Order: sequence, then structure tokens, then C-alpha cells
Amino acid sequence: MSVNHVKGPDLPPPNSEVGIAGWMKKNLFSSYANGFMSLVAILLIVLLVPPLIDWAFWSATWTGETRADCDQDGGACWVFIANRIDQIMYGFYPAELHWRPNLTGLGLIALTIPFFIKSFKYKNWLGAFILIVYPFIAYVLIHGGSFGLEVVSTTKWGGLMLTLILSAVGIVASLPIGILLALGRRSKMPMFKSVCIMYIEFWRGIPLITVLFMASVMLPLFFPEGSDFDKLLRALIGITMFQSAYMAEVVRGGLQAIPKGQYEAAEALGLNYPKSMGLIILPQALKLVIPGIVNTFIALFKDTTLVLIIGLFDLLAIINLALTDSDWLGFDDEGYVFAAFVFWVFCFAMSRYSIALEAKLHTGHKR
Amino acid sequence: MSELETAQKPSNPAVWNDPKYRALFFQTALIVGLVYFLYSVVNNTLSNMEARGISTGFAFLTEKAGFGILQSLIQFNEDSSYGRTFLVGLMNTGLVAVLGIFLATLLGFGMGVARLSSNWLIAKLATVYIEIFRNIPLLLQIFFWYFAVLAGLPSPRNSMSLGAGIEFNIRGLYLPGPIPESGFSITVIAFIIGFIAMLFMRRWAHKRQDETGQQFPVGWVTLGLLIGFPFFVFLLSGMPMGIEYPVLTGFNFSGGIALVPELLALVLALTIYTGAFIAETVRAGILAVDHGQTEASLALGLKRSQLMKLVIIPQAMRVIIPPLTSQYLNLTKNSSLATAIGYPDLVNVFMGTTLNQTGQAIEITAMTMAVYLTASLLISSLMNWYNKKMALVER
Repeated sequence: MSVNHVKGPDLPPPNSEVGIAGWMKKNLFSSYANGFMSLVAILLIVLLVPPLIDWAFWSATWTGETRADCDQDGGACWVFIANRIDQIMYGFYPAELHWRPNLTGLGLIALTIPFFIKSFKYKNWLGAFILIVYPFIAYVLIHGGSFGLEVVSTTKWGGLMLTLILSAVGIVASLPIGILLALGRRSKMPMFKSVCIMYIEFWRGIPLITVLFMASVMLPLFFPEGSDFDKLLRALIGITMFQSAYMAEVVRGGLQAIPKGQYEAAEALGLNYPKSMGLIILPQALKLVIPGIVNTFIALFKDTTLVLIIGLFDLLAIINLALTDSDWLGFDDEGYVFAAFVFWVFCFAMSRYSIALEAKLHTGHKR
Repeated sequence: MSELETAQKPSNPAVWNDPKYRALFFQTALIVGLVYFLYSVVNNTLSNMEARGISTGFAFLTEKAGFGILQSLIQFNEDSSYGRTFLVGLMNTGLVAVLGIFLATLLGFGMGVARLSSNWLIAKLATVYIEIFRNIPLLLQIFFWYFAVLAGLPSPRNSMSLGAGIEFNIRGLYLPGPIPESGFSITVIAFIIGFIAMLFMRRWAHKRQDETGQQFPVGWVTLGLLIGFPFFVFLLSGMPMGIEYPVLTGFNFSGGIALVPELLALVLALTIYTGAFIAETVRAGILAVDHGQTEASLALGLKRSQLMKLVIIPQAMRVIIPPLTSQYLNLTKNSSLATAIGYPDLVNVFMGTTLNQTGQAIEITAMTMAVYLTASLLISSLMNWYNKKMALVER
């Protein structure tokens, strides 16, 4: 004889456990200590955020031409930025030639679009073109001097344009050097190994600022008299040398993470050293360390601000210069907040991109 | 048939395919190239210096410097030597590094733990802090604190009094300074005795726990020995300590401890910037401890407080310490950005002013780099030693 149990309808969860009240109880007021911390946090937010938003948006001056338009109320005066936007973007680059850096930037963006098209087959070739050929095209376009383009000397480059040039060249140059150094550090030949270790530890041990000082004071001493280095080139050499050492350590981490069986399998297939590295080891190793590589890029991007110390006018230096304009004194808050916002957008975007890329390239087993 | 025969005999590869000779060839080429490069650099440098009339050597270190320095931890005036500017810079760099490391560790650990908090609001606030300050260049942050915030402070005449004799104005932060009187040495001796007693007590407590399993309240006793005991002796010996308050004399405050705004801006920016990185390190370290460890210790009946202290933190520290040391090194190297706002650190004083006055580029650059290199190599070898000591001993 069997008893049929009929399941009664589920009772709804108690009101205190669902909805906003439940969420708040669980996440904000789960204990007395937690409740106290939540209240302090709420107080902090109420004290800080509304005045900040008011300063940056509601009370801010958005339109106008001169300083006189600014002194109305306590808010930020973005007219100061708008007034200087040309310099902030291009430095002292002649205004009638702005189309040249613009074209370079647009060209680069146009060239990267195919990477997002899945069916595009020649991604490797396109990547090689961007990394190897495009820098020369960009140089000819921005610097001029051939194809009938007027020469714009590097002393006139500045602003966000210079920041982007410094970081782009630094990134493009330091990655291959870093890979070579990392391979050298893992080499079985003692001379290569020790030279690479010395190089890496030397550059990692000193601050970038001393490197830039050295590049600007000592580099001219190292080369025969008369060989004149452009100031920008000196900064680029310094940044690349410095950053490639960091890149090498990141790549080494990836190389060490590849199981020995991969190296042995590559050898067993009869691949020589360049082929086994290029086809088997490096693709896996680099994929592993993409977050590290992007972090190095972000560090490099932030570090480019240091060139203002040797007298180049990058974004931050241009803002500093604008702040000393006697017509526009006292706009430090606006200037630095704007610069911080620009840098933050780039760095944050890069870090998010690296997270997305990591997830996309993760082909193994995910826990 | 012939194929088989050749396969049975191990063949000697041609010379250019023999890995041994290849390695020899490549390394010789590397050495020759390197030696030639160094030779040409040294040669060029010498001839360039001769052409410019720069003499070499370290004789300039004993010459009179003839410039003043904003802040110095040791006696320094315009009659002091260039060698002394090196010391002043070195100690100022050390001061910033020590202050920055201490404060950034506090902030970083707090924020790292807060980001993992079960309290939604606290976790989000910590995330916002980390994501904002990690992604803004340090130099920009230094400028912001120095030019936008600290430059907006009132003049010494309208100085803000923060209570307890603390004055805050555009010239800096003025704190009351202690002046030890005769008899203060007894307190110092008491502190040393307390320190030694603490070392013995810790050893004994460890041994007792190993033998009997009983725990000893090590933390409280340490606190008592290091602070309580010297303080008690200090009270007993009649409080031999005067306090000097900063007083407004003329245009500025004098007396007490003065922290110049350059130092404040630098320490503030370094703390906030590095704190964000340390917070991420701490978070990663805590997340790296497997959740099974928590469950296992709860199953053993450990309390929540014991769980953190005895199980999670010791294991998390193993993951945290290596990146933490490199953050400390970064902070120390980043303190050289002081030169951008004129704080007299090693790079600003020695590689800046002294180099400009003497023109001894090679010697000065070499000395400055040697300082940073020594510090970083020393710390990284210490870290390797620690890593070996703490590494998991696997069967």
C-alpha cells in the first residue's frame, strides 16, 4: 500500500530576504560592525560625491571665449581647456598641418578594423605591416621632409600626440627587444645568459628618471663628436631600453610556464631553434603573459609623462605650461583633472581590453 | 642498404652544424661585438671630455658646494662639501621611502581587505579607489597634490590650527617636537631591555606551544614589553621630556618638527598610488588561498579570528611578499620624481644641482645609479632568501 504524498505549493521567501530590503540586509547590514561601516561609507559618499559632481558639471562653465566668462560661480571652468585644446592635442605643431597627425591616427584606426572581422584571413600580414612598415609611413607623414611635405621638427611636437607617439614607439620597440632578452636569459650559452641578466637587472634597478637624465646628459658623450641626437630620439632610446628590461621579465615568466614536454616535442619534430621558438613556444608563452604585457604597456604609457623633466612637451607638460599663462592663472584643478581623465581613460581601456583578451584567448580548461 | 649502414654509424655533423662549435662561434661574436662597443664608447667619452675640458675623478666631492638645501636631516650649510650633498640627498630619499612604504602598506592592506569585504558598499568603494589611482600617472598625482591642493592652503599668518599645537599652512605641516631632557636615556634603556625580553618571550612561547599545545598571548605581551614597559619607566623617572610647540615668528613658524609641502605632496602621492597596487597584491594573495583551507579550519573548530590569523594570512603572505617587495622597490625608485617639484632627494640635489655646478656627469651618474642598484639588488636577494625559506616543502 502506498501513500501518495502531494507536494504543497512553495511558500514565498520572507519579505526580509528578498527585494531591496533583503539585498540591503545581506550586503550592507549583516552585522553591527558591517552596518556601522556602511553608514560611514554612505556619509563619505554624501560628503564627497555631490560637491564633486556639482563642481565638474552643474556649476561648471562650458561655453565662452575668455577668462571673463569663468568667474561667475564656484564650478569648474572648462573654457580654459577648450581655449587650449589645440595645444593640448598637438603641442606646437602648426595648425594648418594638423591634418597630417590626424591622417596618421585615422590610418592606424582604419588598419586595425580588419582585426575585428572574423573572416579576414591576412591578419598576420596586416599586423606585420602595422608594426614594421606603418611606423615609417607615420614618421614621413608627421615629420615631413619627403614627398613634398613640409618639415615639422620634433621640437614642435607635443601634447597628446607626443604622448601617444612616445608610448606607441616604446611599445613597438620594447616588445621584440624584450622577447630577445628573455630568450637570451634562458639560453644555454653562458655568455648570452650573463649579458642578458646584467642588462635586465641593470635597467630594472634604476629609476626611469635617471635613465632619462643619462640619455640627455651622457648619450652625447658616448658617441663621436658631431653626431647630434634629437632630444625626442634620446628620450625614445631611454624609454625603450628601460621598458624592454621589464618586458623581458614578463616574457620570461611565460617561457618558464611552458612545460618541458613542449620544448622536447618541438626538438623531436626536428625543428631548429628559431622555428621551435617561433612556432611552438612563443605563441603559447606570449598568450600566457598577455595581462603582464598589457600591464607593462600601461606602465609605459604612464611613464611617458616623465619626459617633461628633460624638456619635452607631452600632455602633462603642456598642461603645466598652460597653467603658467598669466591670463589664465589659478586653473590648476581643471588642468590636472582633465589630464588625469585623459590618462585614466586610456589606461582603464587598456586594462579592460587585456581582461577581455585574456578571456578570449583562454583555450584551456577553465575552473 | 647504404642507408642502413650510415644510420648505424653515429655520424659527426659538419663543423657549422655542430652545436658545440656553433655556441662557441656565437658567443665569441657576442664578446667581440660587446668589447668593440664598450671600447668605442669609452674612447668617444674620453675624447669628448677632453674636448670639453672636463676632468675626471672624485676630487670634486671635497670641494665647497656653496648652495643651500631646502630640507636636510643632517647639518648642512653653504660651506659644506659636494660629498655632503650626496649624503643629504641620500637621507632625504630614505626618509620619503620609509614614510611612503609605511603608509602605503597600511593603506594597501586596508583597501585590499576592503575590496574582498562582504559589505557591498565598502568593497565597491575600495574598487573605485584602486581603479582610479592605479590608472593615473604618478607624476600627475604629485603635481595635483602639490600645485592644486597644497598651494591652496592659507599663509602662515592665517595658519590652520589642527589642535594639539599642530599648524598647517602653505609653508608646510608643523608638529610639536619632543625635546629629551637629562634622564631620558633611562627610557631608551628600558625600551632596549623590553625588546630583548620580547625576543626571549617569543622563543619561549613558540617552544611551549610546540611541547604542550598551549598558546600564549604573544601579541599583547609584545605590546606591553615594547610600549607599556618603557612608558611606565618614563612615568616613574619623572617624564624627562619637554615639548616644543611651533610658534609664529615673523613670516613663518619656527620650532617643532616642520614637514615641507614638497615632502607632504610626495609622500601623499606615493602612498595613494602605491597603496592601490599593494591593495591588488593583497587581494590576489588572499584569493590564492584555496577555499578548502577555510572549510578545513572551520571543520577543525577554529574561530573566525583564529582562521584568519593561523591559516589564511600565513599562506597568503607567501604569495603577497614577493610582489610586495617589488612594490616597495618601485616606491623607492619613484621617489626620484621628487625632482619635478623640487624636493631635495638624491636625484634632485646630487644628479641635478651638484651635476650642473661641477659638470662631473660620469661620476655623479655612476654614484646615483650605484645607490639605486645596490638597494634593489640587496632587496631582491633578501626576497629570494625569504622565498626559499617560505617555499612550500613538498614531498
